[in-house]
Amino acid sequence: MKRYYFDYAATTPMRKEVLKAMQLFWQKQFGNPSSLYLEGRIAKQAIESARAKVANILRTQPKEIIFTNGGTESVNLALQGTAHFYRKNFARPKIIISTIEHPAGLETAKALKKEGFETAYLKVQKNGLVDLEQLKQLIDEQTILVSIMYANNEIGVIEPIPKIAQIIKDFRQKHQTAFPFFHTDACQAAGYLDIQANKLGVDLMSLNGGKIYGPKATGILYKREGVEIKPIIHGGGQEKNYRSGTENVPGIIGFATALELAQKEKEKESQRLKSLRDYLIKNVLETIPKVFVNGDLKNRLPNNAHFTILDVEGEALVLKLDEYGIAASTGSACHSKSLQPSHVLQAIGLPNEFIHGSLRITLGKDTTKKDINYLTQALKKVVQELRELSPISLKLKS
Amino acid sequence: MKKTSTQKTNKKKKEADVLTKGNPWVYSETVKDHFLHPRNFMKAGEEEKFQYNGVGMIGSPVCGDVMKFWILVDPKTEKIKDARWRTFGCASAIASTSVLSEMILRNGGMTLEKARKITPNDIIKELGGLPDIKYHCSVLGDKALRDAINDYYRRTGQYDKIEPEGSRVIDKVLKITEKDIEKAVLDGARTLEEVQEKTKVGLGDPTCIPLVEELIRFYREKYNL
Repeated sequence: MKRYYFDYAATTPMRKEVLKAMQLFWQKQFGNPSSLYLEGRIAKQAIESARAKVANILRTQPKEIIFTNGGTESVNLALQGTAHFYRKNFARPKIIISTIEHPAGLETAKALKKEGFETAYLKVQKNGLVDLEQLKQLIDEQTILVSIMYANNEIGVIEPIPKIAQIIKDFRQKHQTAFPFFHTDACQAAGYLDIQANKLGVDLMSLNGGKIYGPKATGILYKREGVEIKPIIHGGGQEKNYRSGTENVPGIIGFATALELAQKEKEKESQRLKSLRDYLIKNVLETIPKVFVNGDLKNRLPNNAHFTILDVEGEALVLKLDEYGIAASTGSACHSKSLQPSHVLQAIGLPNEFIHGSLRITLGKDTTKKDINYLTQALKKVVQELRELSPISLKLKS
Repeated sequence: MKKTSTQKTNKKKKEADVLTKGNPWVYSETVKDHFLHPRNFMKAGEEEKFQYNGVGMIGSPVCGDVMKFWILVDPKTEKIKDARWRTFGCASAIASTSVLSEMILRNGGMTLEKARKITPNDIIKELGGLPDIKYHCSVLGDKALRDAINDYYRRTGQYDKIEPEGSRVIDKVLKITEKDIEKAVLDGARTLEEVQEKTKVGLGDPTCIPLVEELIRFYREKYNL
C-alpha cells in the first residue's frame, strides 16, 4: 500500500545528497580524527571542514560549534552545562524555561530543580507565543539561563527570539552583568528559518540532523565564545573537552550537508509548503465539521497544521489513518508513554476533552497537492467513522 | 510522494524480512480486528429503532474515555438478547467494548448475574492481552455494562438487585465493597497486604483476592498513586 507521510516534525527521510556525502566515511575513510597518521588526519580534516560549513551558516566562529549526538543531547548540554558551570556564582541559581519546551528542556529543568536549582516557567498565551511581560518579571540577578524554543514541535508556533534576546540584553546592561545567558532549541526551526546566531541574539542554540533530512542522532550545540559549560559526557576530551567520545564522522558530514541544503532552499521550500499547508487547513475546515486549528497562524512554521477534532480520540484517529496509509501524530494522552495529555496543548489553555482529539499534520519535501487531497478525503472518512462510534457530542467554543 | 514500489523486487524481499519481523501492529491482532471492524455498535440513526430495556454510560470526555451500553434483556430468562454500544476513546477502549458486546451475546446471551461479574481481566484475556499502560481502557466497558444492568433492574422494579457502582460487594463474607477498597488505596495502601491490613478483604472470602488486586491497580492508576 502506498504510504503518505505527514509527520516531518517527528523526523525526516535522509536526502540522497546527504547519503552521498557520508558514503566515503563509513568504510574508505574510517579513521579516528584523534589519530596522528594519515587516516586520522583525513577524518579530522573532514569534521573541521564540516564545522566551518556550519559556522558559516550560523555566522559564528568554527570553535563555537560543538558536535553532539542530537537535539536532546545539545539541549541537555546547554542547560546542565551552564547551570553546573556557573552555579557557584549564585546564591539561588535559577533557570527560566518556557512551558512549551520539548521534553529535552523540561525534563532537564526538572532534574536541575532536584539538584537545588530554582526553576521558573514562562507562560505562553492562547496562540502559543510566550508572554514577554512575564519574562521581564521573571528575570532577576539569580538567573543563569533563559531557554526558549525557536519553533514549537507540536503547534509550530515561532517564538519572537530576537525580542526575547533584547529583553535579556537590556537586563544585562541595566544590571552590568553577563547573565542570564540565552539558549534556544532551534531543532524544528532549522529547516525553514534564519538561524544566524547574532541576528537572533542567542548565546546557545541547539540543532539536530534528524529533522532537516540529515542523519538521525546528529546535531550541534552552538556556544558563543565566553559562555562556559561543564561537560556531561567525560572521556577522551574530543570537541574541546565539551563532548567526549570518538566523533561520528559520517554523521557530522551528513549533518553539515543537510543543514547547508536546508538553509539554501528554505525560502523556496517554505513558500511551497505554506501554500500547501494553507490549502490543507482550508480544506479540512470546510469539509469536516467541528474542527479548529491550534496555535498562531501567522507566526508559524510553514509545514505545520495542528487540528483539534471534536468527539474523536487522537490515538484512534492516528491508527485509523495509518490503515489508510497515512502517518500523522497526536497529543492525546492515550498516545503518550505516560498517559499524560500534551503539555503544549495544556499550556495554551486547551481543555483536556479537546486535547484528546488533537491531530498534528506536518508537511515536507515529498508532499504534493495530491497527497493533501488524499489526506483530506481519508480524514473526513475516518472522523465520520469514529464519530459514529462516539457517544458524546461536544460543542465548539467560540 | 516518491514511490518505493519501483525498487527491484529482490531488494524489496530483503527489506520485507526486516519490516515484518515481530508484531507488526501496536496491539494484538484481536484488538486490531475489533478496532477496525467493531461489532454490535449503535449505528447512526439506529437509536430510534433499537429495542432495549437497559442503558448505561460511564466516563467523561475530560478523561478521554466515555462508554455507553444499551441492552435488551429477556425478562423471563434474564439473559441479554441483544446489545449495542458506543465508545469515545482510543483503539484499545473501542476494542474492549466491542469484544465485551460479543462476550455477553455469545451462546444465546449471558445471564445478567454472570454479565455483571465480568472483570477487566476477562476482557483483556478475550482481547489477547493489552499493554500494561492500556489496562485502564478495558475497565470502563464492564462498568458501563453494569450501569445498564442496574438500569434494567430499575425499569423492572427489582430495586433489591441494583448494585450502584462502587457499592458492589467484593468480599461477600465481610461485606467489603469497591468503595472500601478505593478508600484504602486513597488512604495510602498500595499492595494487597496493605489493603488487607486496612479492610481485611479476602480474609472472609479468599476467592475475591484476584478481583481485589485488579481494583487496587485500577484505583492506583486512576489517582496516579
